Amino acid sequence: MEAIEVKDMSKSFNGIKAVDCVSFSVHRGEIFGFLGPNGAGKTTTVRMLTGVIKPDAGEARVMGCDIVKDTQKAKEVLGVVPETANAYPDLTAWQNMMLIASLYGIPRREGEIRTASLLREFGIYERRLSKVKGFSKGMKQRLIFCMALVSNPEVLFLDEPTSGLDVQSARMIRQMIKELKEERKTVFLTSHNMQEVGELCTRVGIINKGKMVTIDSPENLRTKIGGSLAIEVRFDKAVDKSMLDFNPERVGDSYRIYTTEPHEVICSIVELAMLNGLKIKNLNVHSPSLEDVFVKLTGGSNEQ
Amino acid sequence: MSSKIWVIARKDIRMYYFKGPVVIFGILTPLFLFLAFYIGRNLPAAFLIPGLMAMTLFFTSTSVSPVIMPSETQMKTLERLISCPITVRTLIAGDILASFIFGACISAVPVAVGAALGVSVKSPVILIIAVLFSAFCFSSLGLLFSAPPTSLVSNIMMLSTFVKFPVIFISGIFIPMEQMPGWGVAVASLSPLTYFTDLARFSIQGYAYYPIYVDFIALFVYSALFLLLALKLHERALPKRF
Repeated sequence: MEAIEVKDMSKSFNGIKAVDCVSFSVHRGEIFGFLGPNGAGKTTTVRMLTGVIKPDAGEARVMGCDIVKDTQKAKEVLGVVPETANAYPDLTAWQNMMLIASLYGIPRREGEIRTASLLREFGIYERRLSKVKGFSKGMKQRLIFCMALVSNPEVLFLDEPTSGLDVQSARMIRQMIKELKEERKTVFLTSHNMQEVGELCTRVGIINKGKMVTIDSPENLRTKIGGSLAIEVRFDKAVDKSMLDFNPERVGDSYRIYTTEPHEVICSIVELAMLNGLKIKNLNVHSPSLEDVFVKLTGGSNEQ
Repeated sequence: MSSKIWVIARKDIRMYYFKGPVVIFGILTPLFLFLAFYIGRNLPAAFLIPGLMAMTLFFTSTSVSPVIMPSETQMKTLERLISCPITVRTLIAGDILASFIFGACISAVPVAVGAALGVSVKSPVILIIAVLFSAFCFSSLGLLFSAPPTSLVSNIMMLSTFVKFPVIFISGIFIPMEQMPGWGVAVASLSPLTYFTDLARFSIQGYAYYPIYVDFIALFVYSALFLLLALKLHERALPKRF
């Protein structure tokens, strides 16, 4: 049984398709990265999979529980760190944790033990009796993470869990995600941080304009885009893009060219420089990053 | 499910009750309305106390319940809450329970004011049952006010104030039903508060305009109507809140 199975799931808002016939599955014990530009349908997908909103069409199962027909059971096996969620500011960290534990039907004593253990693990135990409104963003996010883990879920949905966090908090959360993998928990990670996704995820799905564009391992994705290497060149002067024959992409004051024939491209660049009296200030050859893959596959779109 | 309803109610009490809006709309507003009506008029306290009770219970039970949903939407706590294994019905029932407890408890304040003025309760059992029925009815009405899927508390407060104040004036609180013209009685009969005011008068003054079973049936029907509408509309509105 897969941890998450999605088949032809769709959702529209006011006639606009936010998620369009999306299908994929996430294996048990896997960290699955879910990428897409803003407005691509990531959060809508997460909301449907966590039972917050209902899909218009299609089916989805979390640990075998249908999220429409058996929503409550599905919710019992999952934990969520929503993109825009907050803890209750006028409640203490302890009260917030116990509230969630109670809603998952965890007995009081057990809830207290789990709460104390998680708050210690995330370094906020000392502030357990402080109201959340006095917490920093990093502390709030760590608390939200603790709240998602208090029910000891089989599947964890993390929607931008490290967005806007200080380095320490982000590293702590990334470390916790790695530990979850060791515990054979399934993590569905939505993030804009390509480095984070590349580092943590076994497979990555990219969604664009509501449609799933591709699903593969980060390594396979890097070799998928129009060539296996990226050449980045910077001249001493601005160069008209049309002078370069390889459909380059402007990156700051450099040009990036994806190619399977690096030798030919480099020779052409050198020739162009010599013919036009240009000096090559910098020339790098590297494998495309996950970000390159993302930009290529989503057409560089960032539509809201 | 019942334990989860209580968990939601306890969260609401901690988060939203014992705060400014409750004090202002629940206790001070009816008290000032009462004083404005009372001062300079030679009316018996036994007539005024049922009116004060009706206003207090109505304002208290509808003061916070409309604010919870837009506040949770605005604070971005609702998504976290609804992703737990609870239904919208549990959420609404918890909000109503918190409002019910608060409304029922605060209704003891005007009874104490009445006792201080020498007014005794002739039918305490009827009064207690009436308070419980009405607190539930008005709490459900409060939840109905918050059904529009907005995160702006001010919009909901405007809507609830727009309904609440006219209701106060048509429900036999300031003018007894028997002194109203025919059209006045017809209008008053549309307000659920009329039936509680009538029951409060029966409990304190010993007489009522309607037979008390009519008052109870009316309160029951209004409660069921408000509850069902609140559940239906909130279920429909939830996806639009995110």
